Amino acid sequence: MSDIVLRQGLVVGESASNLGDVLIVDGRIAEVGPSIDAPSGATEIDARDCWIGPGFVDLHTHLREPGREAAEDIDSGARAGALGGYTALVAMPNTEPALDNVAMVGYVLERGARSALDIAVAGAITQGRRGELLAPMAEMAALGVRLFTDDGVGVQDPSMMRRALTYAKPLGVRLAQHCEDELLAASGTMNESSFSSHLGLVGRPALAEELMVLRDIELVRLTGAPLHFLHLSTERSVALVAAARGEGLPVTCEVAPHHFTLDESACATYDSVFKVHPPLRTAGDVAALRAALRAGVVDAVATDHAPHAPELKDLAFDEAPAGMLGLEHAASLTAEALGGQADPQRFFQLLSRGPAFIAQLRHGDARVRHSGHGGALARGEDANIVVFDPGVTWTVDRHELASKSRNTPYDGRTMHGRVRATIAKGHLVVSDGILT
Amino acid sequence: MIDSIRGRSLLSLDELSKEAIVEILDMAESFVEVNRRSIKKVPALKGRVVASLFFEESTRTRLSFETAAKRLSADVLSLAVASSSVKKGESLRDTIATIDALGIDAVVLRHRSSGAALQVSRYVPHVRVINGGDGLHQHPTQGLLDAFTIRQILAERTGTSGLESGTAHFEGLRILIVGDIRHSRVARSDIAAYATLGAHVRVAAPGTLLPEDIATWPVTVATDFDDALAWADVVCLLRLQSERGSGTFVPSLSEFRFTHGLTVARARTLRPETLIMHPGPMNRGVEIDSRVVDSSACVVERQVSNGVPIRMAVLYLTVAGSHEGVQL
Repeated sequence: MSDIVLRQGLVVGESASNLGDVLIVDGRIAEVGPSIDAPSGATEIDARDCWIGPGFVDLHTHLREPGREAAEDIDSGARAGALGGYTALVAMPNTEPALDNVAMVGYVLERGARSALDIAVAGAITQGRRGELLAPMAEMAALGVRLFTDDGVGVQDPSMMRRALTYAKPLGVRLAQHCEDELLAASGTMNESSFSSHLGLVGRPALAEELMVLRDIELVRLTGAPLHFLHLSTERSVALVAAARGEGLPVTCEVAPHHFTLDESACATYDSVFKVHPPLRTAGDVAALRAALRAGVVDAVATDHAPHAPELKDLAFDEAPAGMLGLEHAASLTAEALGGQADPQRFFQLLSRGPAFIAQLRHGDARVRHSGHGGALARGEDANIVVFDPGVTWTVDRHELASKSRNTPYDGRTMHGRVRATIAKGHLVVSDGILT
Repeated sequence: MIDSIRGRSLLSLDELSKEAIVEILDMAESFVEVNRRSIKKVPALKGRVVASLFFEESTRTRLSFETAAKRLSADVLSLAVASSSVKKGESLRDTIATIDALGIDAVVLRHRSSGAALQVSRYVPHVRVINGGDGLHQHPTQGLLDAFTIRQILAERTGTSGLESGTAHFEGLRILIVGDIRHSRVARSDIAAYATLGAHVRVAAPGTLLPEDIATWPVTVATDFDDALAWADVVCLLRLQSERGSGTFVPSLSEFRFTHGLTVARARTLRPETLIMHPGPMNRGVEIDSRVVDSSACVVERQVSNGVPIRMAVLYLTVAGSHEGVQL
């Protein structure tokens, strides 16, 4: 593990940002200061015009291993994450089979430990994600699982969700919900609106999401257990969660980059790369989510990175699986959404410190096998750091992705801001925007 | 707006201007004459290859397209894929690539998924794609043949030809469309054609069978079915799409017949000159009583016959395109 020194970037702490250097020795931050005398042989990284902050933490990554390694595996997902500036990923449990027991969780943690990043696991709430019987959450928690979800679908049965919250509360873990009432969503494939009607596609109404958000807020009130709302996509959903938090309820929420950058009109091409659940919503929702990001109403940006093999995305729109890639572009899209004079504090709060708190991956958390993330960039912290250049523009080429899959909706789009370097688990894994 | 489908794909009637639609209807008039000849064949598409690709069950549309292609002397590759592409383990893109590799000029596509025709036109941009019905989205040739049939019959009544009448018969014509608007690609194409040609379109259906955004469509919604029948010059009935789930949108077929079926009793209240149309296949005894089908006001068979000249016109315009002077 060689020493690394980051030179003359804007070091973005929790409350203040200062121009200076960061020295990393033996995988930890050894010194932060205006100008540091680095040991000889240290790798020098030019961070001029860049933000130096804690590495990003993704609360919502579908790594597809085990079961669908043709689309992605833990290694390729970690490489894609590293390019996107991530140092920790939370692997979603909708693999085949599902991550609903200690053997499956252990497998992913084991493979993850050998990858470039820290790979945490979100365990399933119910066995097989079928919503019928509780999964062994206490056993999985003992392995270090801090987040549980049946993501892909929400827990539909309100009685089961209530029981899961009550069971999880004393374990010190957090449940996370994919909010969509599947009966109201009625097998729809895009947002319900004039667009869907005109295109002859069955709609998934916004109400299908909002009803479950409302239901679960009330279940949190009833049980007192914390709950994280995954990929909220409508103005009203975010407002509901913000109001609940205002009442002191232990709720958090994330939004996904595609929901604050793309609207339902993209589906007019019938290109299934734009099919995702919850679906791309109205232009008004997109604007509201961007405003919520800037206002600090949202706790985290999470990618819902969902790789799919090309042969599946080449099916007709209603037959193709839902989901799109996210890891490699989330930071640029977040910087864009925060505006030209993006506030670096807010940027790192959304991409790193907020999600690290929710996933319990921070330096002070009782972690089982991961290093600390979402830190203040203080001496002694584990070196999970990103160097982000907010000034550069670049164009996405889907053939140049580190992910095994190609289902990005951003092919050809001009991005603002790019990850220059990623230091994960003490190692320089991305340098000059390229995997080392 | 597209002002002519010459040399282009035909995916939706929404994007066609009045001129583009009239061009197709006028072209079809000349093919009606060909279909009356003892030798019903012209060399217009000799040497051209038309693939007929049906991923969904169909009898009349497939036969009609293939008959049209053969009467234009095109070679026809016919592939009826009853099972879905998913079940076959092959993506739509792969299937199209395989057919394309055989060397084709046009593909007629029927698919149960909305947007399939547009997707295919992207996969093989050098091939003309004719949408033979995609999911709940569009069925352009049905909309064209329905408009053609109305124009033809109204022209006959005034002793002129459809060709001479242009769009005159559609100005202010009152057309009532009844039934499962929500799940109907025929309704979407019919409404686009009728509205573009200048007709007044009204729809009548149980609330659950109207699309959520009906207020944005170029139609009015009938509040009383019986009043609407008295108002209409043309009544277009739609098939209750029980295979697309509309069965759960109404309590029962008999209740649908009670509220919106064209029963013998209701048919008696129609003005004598009112036309009754149905794109088929019909659910006799549900949206229309058998005896009404067999009445002289019902022009269903004329619709089927007109399917051939309309599809000849569409194939000719899209495939032959700018090649002028082809002998008919």
